[in-house]
This record gives sequence, structure tokens and C-alpha cells, in this order.
Amino acid sequence: MFPCQKLRVLEERLQCIEEFERPKVLLEQYVTPSHLGSHMLHTIQSQYGDIDQKIVADLGSGCGALSIGASVLEASQVVGFEIDKDAIDICLENISDHDLTNIDVVQCDVLNLDNTYRSNKIFDTVIMNPPFGTKHNAGIDMKFLETAFKLSNNVVYSLHKTSTRDHVLKTAKLLGGEGKVLAELKYDLPASYRFHKKKCVDVYVDFYRFEVDKL
Amino acid sequence: MKLITHNFLSSKCMKGVNVGFPLKISASDVKVTEVDFNPEFVARIMQKIDYPALYTATESIGHLEDLPKQMVENYENDEHFLKKVHHALLQLEVINGELICPETGRKFPITNGIPNMLLNEDEI
Repeated sequence: MFPCQKLRVLEERLQCIEEFERPKVLLEQYVTPSHLGSHMLHTIQSQYGDIDQKIVADLGSGCGALSIGASVLEASQVVGFEIDKDAIDICLENISDHDLTNIDVVQCDVLNLDNTYRSNKIFDTVIMNPPFGTKHNAGIDMKFLETAFKLSNNVVYSLHKTSTRDHVLKTAKLLGGEGKVLAELKYDLPASYRFHKKKCVDVYVDFYRFEVDKL
Repeated sequence: MKLITHNFLSSKCMKGVNVGFPLKISASDVKVTEVDFNPEFVARIMQKIDYPALYTATESIGHLEDLPKQMVENYENDEHFLKKVHHALLQLEVINGELICPETGRKFPITNGIPNMLLNEDEI
């Protein structure tokens, strides 16, 4: 398959992913838009080869967009970690609709995850679209990053708000990861919550690749 | 939940638990799914697998079949052995049942294939 055709197929698959029925404000539940998710994953595989035949973790996997994309791109095994039962139920429907057999989902608190694993550095690649920490949970995206660095033996891909770039790069360095912004993206959040007055809110986000210290 | 996931989970996230591994499995429903065999991947992941825990887990869900009790030496090139490990790690799935903390006996339910590792506030 030609690369662009592969990308189209991936995007089409991600377009038919069911979304949160009643998104929860506290958990900052936003679906990764299919266009964005497919371009992220396609870049991760075509530029770096970090999905095919890898064991991949998806932190805060939600409805499963990134997990399913990684599975479609032939990760050997994907494990999604998600706290919310309602999101997991939708994710399970999505996995079964897509007929995928290499995704496991664990219900747990990502902030407590490094203690739910007997040893760290199990995963080759960690991908995530973490909560941005804009509501009552400032700094939560850095806690996700910290956990991701502990779980990965090689590389972490993540999205963070462009306005926090300096902070993200500095924090990553302290946590043992060398970050690089691969792309600046416009995340058009549909107004999913009542406090959103406008129809659509544009958020600028950076797509990062972090190389994790091998230890 | 596949046994590859089980092989990494522990209950040391709980207050007072030291190792919390391996979690015992009590399975009421196990599914076998066909998954493509990739010997290179299995050989690579084997370096991180706790083999005795995998053996016990496979046995406890009643699907031991002919998985050897001891890990064979030079397994990298032993396709026959890797295939058995592939089956145990990636093709066996616990759909319903419980994971049990080896130290406290705390039970973590598995429903629709999803282990619930969430703790109550007083357990952290």
C-alpha cells in the first residue's frame, strides 16, 4: 500500500469510532479527532517505526482512538489504561466493531499506574493524549508524562498545549526524557460541555516525541 | 485480559503490600483467540516475562496444555517453544473472574475482559 493510502485507511477507521456519550468535565474527556489521531500514528510508524511489532501502552485510553490506531498499524500488543468505566464500555464496543484481537484494557488510575506494574520499562512505545490540566487538575499532564517515562523503555509520544512548551521540555528533561516537537497542531474541540459558550474552541497543541533514558 | 498483561500487573499499589506479584487468577470464563504468531516479538518479550508466573497463571485457568514447566534454554531459535509461549501469552484471555492479591487476598474483579485495579481511597 502507498503511504498516503495507508494514512487514508487509518483515518477512515478512526472516523467510525464511537465517542463519549456524556463527557466528564473532571476527567477532561475529549476524543482525539480522527484526523489528528491518524496523522500522529502515521508519523510515529512511517518516520520512526515505533508501532509495528512493538508493545504499546496508551495512557488515558478513553474511547480507544489511539489504541485502535496502533493496533491497525500492527503493534504486537496494545494495552490501554483508563479510569472511567463508561469510556471503557465504549472502547470495548469500538474494539469489537473493528475486529481487533491485540488490545487489552486495564481499568486503573494512571496516576497510580507505576505501582500497578511489577516492573517498569515494559513498553517499547507509550502514546497518549493526556488531560491538558486546564480544569481543576493543573499539572496532571506532567504526571502522565512522568508515568509514561517510567513505563517506556524507548519512546513516548504525547500532546501538550503549545502555550506550555518551555515548561514541558524542561520538566521532561528533569524526568529523564529528551523531548522534540514534531508538529504544532490545531485541536478543534467541539463544544462538548455546557461551559463552552462558543460552538468550537481552537486549542493549539504540540505533538511531541520524547526519547526516554534507557537506564 | 491476556496473560501477557497479567504477567506485569501487581497489587503493590495497595498500602502495606510489598511485592503483590503474581496475582492469583480465579477465572470463570476464558476465551481462546487466534492471534498471528510473530516469533521475533515473542522471543523479545520473553526477556521481560516472569516465566514461573506465566506457568502458574496458565495452569490456574485450566489451559496449561503442553507448556513446559521450565523455560527452555536458547529459546530464541526454538520456534516450537515460542509458539507455546505465544499461545499462553497472547491467545488466552480471561473474560470474567478475579485477580487476587497474594498478600492481602483483596480481589480485583475482571469483567468483560477488563481487570479493575482501582482502589478505594483508604487502600492507597
